[in-house]
Amino acid sequence: MALFNIFIFPGILFLVVAGLWFEFVDRRMYARMQHRQGPPWFQPLADFIKLIAKETIIPENANRRLFVSMPVVALTATISAFFYIPLWSTHALYSFQGDSIVVMYLLTLPTLTFFLAGWYSTSLYSTIGAVRSLTQFFAYEIPLFMAVLAPAMLANDWSLAGIATYFTAHPLLALLNVPALGVALVTLLGKLERVPFDIPEAETEVVAGAFTEYTGRHLALFRLAIDIEVIVAGSLLVAMFLPFGLALPAWLGFLVYLLKITFVVAVIAILRSIMARLRIEQMVNFCWKILAPVALAQLLLNLVVKGFLHS
Amino acid sequence: MSKITIPLGPQHPALKEPASFKITLNGEEIYSMDMRLGYNHRGIEKACEERTYIQGLYLIERICGICSHSHSTAYIQALEELAGLQVPKRGLYIRTLIAELERIHSHLLWLGVAAHEVGFDTLLMYAWRDRELVMDHLAEIGGNRVNYAVNTLGGVRRDLTPAEIAHILKDVDTLEERTKYYAQVATEESTLIARLSKIGYLSKTDAELLGAVGPTARACSVDRDIRRDDPYAAYGDVQFKVCVDDHCDVYGRVLVRVGELMESYSIIRQLLKNLPDGPIAVKAPRRIPAGEAISRYEAPRGEDCHYVKANGTDKPERVKIRAPTLANWRAVRKMIEGNYLADAPIIIAAIDPCFSCTDRAIELVRPAGAATLTWGALRQHGIDWYRKQGLDFADLNKKLATQLGRVK
Amino acid sequence: MLGEVLAHLCAKPNTIKYPFEPAVVEAGLRGKIKFVAEKCIGCKICVKDCPADAITITKIGDKRFECVFDLDKCIYCAQCVDSCPKKALSVTNEFELAQLDKHKLRFVFHAPDAPPTPPAPAAQPEPPVAKTA
Repeated sequence: MALFNIFIFPGILFLVVAGLWFEFVDRRMYARMQHRQGPPWFQPLADFIKLIAKETIIPENANRRLFVSMPVVALTATISAFFYIPLWSTHALYSFQGDSIVVMYLLTLPTLTFFLAGWYSTSLYSTIGAVRSLTQFFAYEIPLFMAVLAPAMLANDWSLAGIATYFTAHPLLALLNVPALGVALVTLLGKLERVPFDIPEAETEVVAGAFTEYTGRHLALFRLAIDIEVIVAGSLLVAMFLPFGLALPAWLGFLVYLLKITFVVAVIAILRSIMARLRIEQMVNFCWKILAPVALAQLLLNLVVKGFLHS
Repeated sequence: MSKITIPLGPQHPALKEPASFKITLNGEEIYSMDMRLGYNHRGIEKACEERTYIQGLYLIERICGICSHSHSTAYIQALEELAGLQVPKRGLYIRTLIAELERIHSHLLWLGVAAHEVGFDTLLMYAWRDRELVMDHLAEIGGNRVNYAVNTLGGVRRDLTPAEIAHILKDVDTLEERTKYYAQVATEESTLIARLSKIGYLSKTDAELLGAVGPTARACSVDRDIRRDDPYAAYGDVQFKVCVDDHCDVYGRVLVRVGELMESYSIIRQLLKNLPDGPIAVKAPRRIPAGEAISRYEAPRGEDCHYVKANGTDKPERVKIRAPTLANWRAVRKMIEGNYLADAPIIIAAIDPCFSCTDRAIELVRPAGAATLTWGALRQHGIDWYRKQGLDFADLNKKLATQLGRVK
Repeated sequence: MLGEVLAHLCAKPNTIKYPFEPAVVEAGLRGKIKFVAEKCIGCKICVKDCPADAITITKIGDKRFECVFDLDKCIYCAQCVDSCPKKALSVTNEFELAQLDKHKLRFVFHAPDAPPTPPAPAAQPEPPVAKTA
């Protein structure tokens, strides 16, 4: 049963299918908002198969082992994070006190792999993309951490399942975290490197950033890892900030869960269709001057409320 | 971080045509830029000398894929001056109409490209969607979306029907509505403004010293427009305002172009309202008397100059073209210094560069050990090289031929 | 901008699925050239004026002319239509002219009472093509 859970449902296979599906949803919505047709539903899968079949080229100067292993590390990290997140019930597949921190750390790994992948490709565009990835990482990571941990603080529990249980018992308290949800959604754009924070892979400036030298199946794995990261990070936000419908029967809960993920994907698609790409220094300023104070205020608010509740 | 030099081009996603920019970076800041042009040299000036005037006209039109009418009109004005041809009023009006439609299509295209350079793809899609309205009219009147080939020696080739006039007027109203919306987007969308303002600064003095032309110069408060200063075609008969802006940055260039779009709509309405009756062309001789002429034209990108020297035969003796982009290159170098790398593509794009228009000369850099090959030898070298890699195209061709059932 | 994109989300896309839906082209589009052999007098002004050397007119009998078009050379400027004094050439708005096989791009208009020959796709013996300097 554990193996079934890990490999089939709600494990790797489910994640791959959901990742590709929501990539389609994202691309289709983006296209429709731009008054275009958009791709057919199987396009992400077709792209993936095509990339797998393509020739793989590894730059001569690149560190071969790192170059090849980075996509796998990114994929593994995102998938492992998924097992600790409660999806459509208050239970996660695996759970322990402090797993919320572990999930956050597992989710920072892909960004680090982007950096290492870009840096060890040794091409100029990759290097610049890698450095930008890391610069951006330092800007959005702190607000993201503060925002995501605010509900944990309120629930006084460091396991994701525990937080979900707490908010299912006190659903109104979840509304308190709305500013943090906003901060988390915006920083998520930075984590996923989407417009307006797609600075590390801005195609008109640095071609494809860290991925410039990647081809064939390695690129396919990276893209799959990013698709899955959307689902995992979306699930994390949903579990933290929208813990509604977790007590429903499993099938209904599953539908509600899919709706919630669609909501996150839709917000990302809308935000990237109405904004221009920022410059790296504008992005850092925005994260530190606006997002960080908001997240900090949320933490203070939650501390005060928690004081009242427990006194 | 020490200084690094990164190449932008000859092949780069930000560039629609090949040109090589070597950008030296100090961190993310641009320290200096070096550029090399000439990748698109096609020898058009020389080729014109070997073609008759009529044939050359279609070649001249292919200098640029966007402002094809600009080059063809500039060329034909020089020829008509030499031949002493008086183009009928109606012909001139149609010529001007096409010129303004072309300006609209060029500026909308630029707006889309500029939006794409700063990662705002939605605006790109909207601008290009609306541009299709103009493209459809150009195809209907001229006969092609890009190379309209409306000009002929002594006038224009196609006339306008009342139905077409009504249709154009209707679409101009739609476009005006849309352009107002884009003007609103340009003044309200905060991320867009953040990316466009205060970058690529060029002072008025520098613009004049470096000889910038067109919207690039007008965005630096240089009040210069050939349409008003030296009227040609029907521009003497219409009222319009020259759009000037004092932002001196990329944002100012956006405002100037959006303003020019609005002026173009008004010019088109005036032209169609006062369209005179009569013939659209006069009969032109095949030979043009000896002499030389220079013609200026305000293309969407700036002043376009054509020089023609005729020797009494049906072929020109010399044709010289100065495309607007060439005049703007030196200004780009000035504009780009001190900006961030992220802004390099939009600063280059802000002059609306057209590399293939510009490339009039190439410089041969011959490294040691280089050899000159004839076309045949180069072809043979290619075949041998692939054969060494285990690929024989002769075989492939035979296979393909067998499959297509035509074995020779 | 937000209102605009949300409105478009529900609107019908502005683009069409081209190869599956027919593309509408303007009536005035300059596409493939049509040749009416009966009207041709063999003056060859079209051949002289063509900027791309895409037309060849051959005399195949008394007052009978055959015209060969190289669709891959043609730049679709329709100057030949303007040049023709007898209106033997006309322009159509047929634009889907791409071919996988290069030989199909050579389009032959036969003279009216010429013996029947297979349709254009069949390989024609290559007529001598005028070379430019």
